[in-house]
Amino acid sequence: MSHVLSLLVEDKPGLLTRVAGLFARRGFNIESLAVGKSEVEGLSRITVVVDVDEVPLEQVTKQLNKLINVIKVVELDPTASVMREHLLIKVRVDNTSRSQILEAVTLFRARVVDVSPDALVIEVTGDSGKVQALLRILEPYGIKEIAQSGLLAIGRGGKSITERVFKN
Amino acid sequence: MSITDSAPRPPRTGATPEILTGSGAILRSLELLGVTDVFGLPGGAIMPFYDELMASTAIRHILVRHEQGAGHAAEGYAVASGKLGVAIATSGPGATNLVTAIADAYMDSVPLLAITGQVFSTLMGTDAFQEADIVGITMPITKHSFLVKRVEDVPATIAAAVHIATTGRPGPVLVDVTKDVQQAKAPFIWPPKLDLPGYRPVTKAHGKQVTAAAQLLAEAQRPVLYVGGGVIRARAAEELATFARLVGAPVVTTLMARGAFPDSDPLHLGMPGMHGSVPAVLALQESDLIVSLGARFDDRVTGKASEFAPHAKVVHVDIDPAEIGKIRAADVPIVGDLRDVLVDLTVAFRDATERRAADYAAWWTRLDQLRESYPLGYTDLDDGLLSPQAVIERIGQLSGPEAVYAAGVGQHQMWSAQFIKYERPNSWLNSGGAGTMGYAVPAAMGAKVAEPGRVVWAIDGDGCFQMTNQELATCTINEIPIKVAIINNSSLGMVRQWQTLFYEGRHSFTDLNTGHDTVMIPDFVKLAEAYGALAIRVRTPEEVDPAIELALATNDRPVVIDFIVSRDAMVWPMVPQGVGNSRVQYARDHAPEWEED
Repeated sequence: MSHVLSLLVEDKPGLLTRVAGLFARRGFNIESLAVGKSEVEGLSRITVVVDVDEVPLEQVTKQLNKLINVIKVVELDPTASVMREHLLIKVRVDNTSRSQILEAVTLFRARVVDVSPDALVIEVTGDSGKVQALLRILEPYGIKEIAQSGLLAIGRGGKSITERVFKN
Repeated sequence: MSITDSAPRPPRTGATPEILTGSGAILRSLELLGVTDVFGLPGGAIMPFYDELMASTAIRHILVRHEQGAGHAAEGYAVASGKLGVAIATSGPGATNLVTAIADAYMDSVPLLAITGQVFSTLMGTDAFQEADIVGITMPITKHSFLVKRVEDVPATIAAAVHIATTGRPGPVLVDVTKDVQQAKAPFIWPPKLDLPGYRPVTKAHGKQVTAAAQLLAEAQRPVLYVGGGVIRARAAEELATFARLVGAPVVTTLMARGAFPDSDPLHLGMPGMHGSVPAVLALQESDLIVSLGARFDDRVTGKASEFAPHAKVVHVDIDPAEIGKIRAADVPIVGDLRDVLVDLTVAFRDATERRAADYAAWWTRLDQLRESYPLGYTDLDDGLLSPQAVIERIGQLSGPEAVYAAGVGQHQMWSAQFIKYERPNSWLNSGGAGTMGYAVPAAMGAKVAEPGRVVWAIDGDGCFQMTNQELATCTINEIPIKVAIINNSSLGMVRQWQTLFYEGRHSFTDLNTGHDTVMIPDFVKLAEAYGALAIRVRTPEEVDPAIELALATNDRPVVIDFIVSRDAMVWPMVPQGVGNSRVQYARDHAPEWEED
């Protein structure tokens, strides 16, 4: 089963290697990974989706917590958090398909970010379900290329992960 | 743990901080942290540091003959004394030669600081001469690692490294310092500010859990205190003794915990695991409550984990939360420093048994029966050669519990764990988790440096000895008079034993030709003499005691005794790999009866 972990980490060289290496070494599979700065200077945030059962998940979390540069690990509950993927899709178009594709783009509240005579680049943001659905719609027209971000996730409500860390 | 027993010297005060080179800053930091002995070998990328080191009066540097020797020596130093061990190497191959020792320290939670030189930062990533990404290489086998590329960062990095290595669950930390940092200059600011927001080891346990554990123990019928190396690392042997004697439950000490609880105590059932005593193995197997104290349910202890102690509840105490529930689910998890937890548990147990005392009488009847039926022992083989067990037993008896015993890996290691009686922590050094052949000689050397007043034995195999005996040169030249007992069965004995038992006697590439009825290459006596050691060969039982006594009386140089022993002796009892511990064999084809339900 997939779990979404959010890690607050020190922005140090080799940090990503430490995290990724730990997953590989302990035999856990990373489904998706997203890394970026957090709101606190010097700290980064990693969102990682991992496919494990409950018991090994606890082991992953504990092992991650042992990494010196990892400050906080939380599992995000899908019902209490917002989760988004970001996709750029290059789809083949011609004069007959263009309007149908543009219609799909509108329906999915996606955006066209590049236009050329034989292709469109579409940008879409959403949860996995939405993104997959759009891909299914576009598939018959011919998808030439996809660039996908890892899943991004953040808890709903007013609390923040850094707040909890720096309170102690 | 503290870094050393001696208090750090006060920092120099003054309005303007002293300007030091990066190398000078490494050295000064080590001195201020109380480091007094380091093991290493110089090379190009660490030369600036060695130039500073030469002038140090506070730090004794021991020049080893191979960096692996420096690593194991630092480990032996740390394990024998409880202090931090320090190993130093140059970049590239110097650093990679430390890798085995670092991995070893990681598996056995040894506080080790490895300092390596790195090529100039401008050359990093260019496949420069003697460049290796040692930080990358050691990531999976260190508690943490640092690459220092700014001279201003030196004091804080060394201080952080030592802090991480010696606190919480101890372990190896590597600090890789580029040559330009070693050469550059910066103001030396001490004490530096430690910035480790992600490192907060839990030391004080949850009171509720401690009470729950004590309650389980008070109600248990067949409890066992399963003692691991964590008790030694936490310096909690005294607290354990108080607790165990109050509770009156049987104690087993793992390979890493030999000496954590006195072998002479009637509560002690011996070592559990693959080559554990039958009472220790079956006590765990039949127990209804295992109180794990700084142990980690290693596969060599549990056998097939799904069949391990099927009726036992588990109280698991460890300072590392990741150990709890890793192999075996814990009914009561306790994260904390054992020294504190054991004191808390003692109080809690006293409270829990205030109205009704715990009653383990029936359990002890069963255990005493096992002890009587299956004492540790061995039978001499009829090949006229020395029994290795007898030799090791005599070394222990003649040297006593105040001595330090370091073993290599294999049969001689198991016999040393079984037949030497340990009465105090830090007296038994071995490579438990990693199983590193060649550990003994350099580890004994390190132990002797840390504890010069003690007799230090390396009990080694003929295979192990050939991996690291070059450190005898280090011992002789630096006046580190260790004693080496080679249990020479002319083979890679443990592998040979498995071949005998599980591979139909096909002894594939395990003959070393060092012992009885062989060409004896190398001749260990000549080899030892070449190193300036006193060398003795022992072939008969009558020669055993005089040789050991001569070794004990010789303190002006290392001693090597080549004990020519039977190659067919085997380590018993044994639980074959991959089966449940109830299948323990007391001797070949001889399984004890046990209460199966």
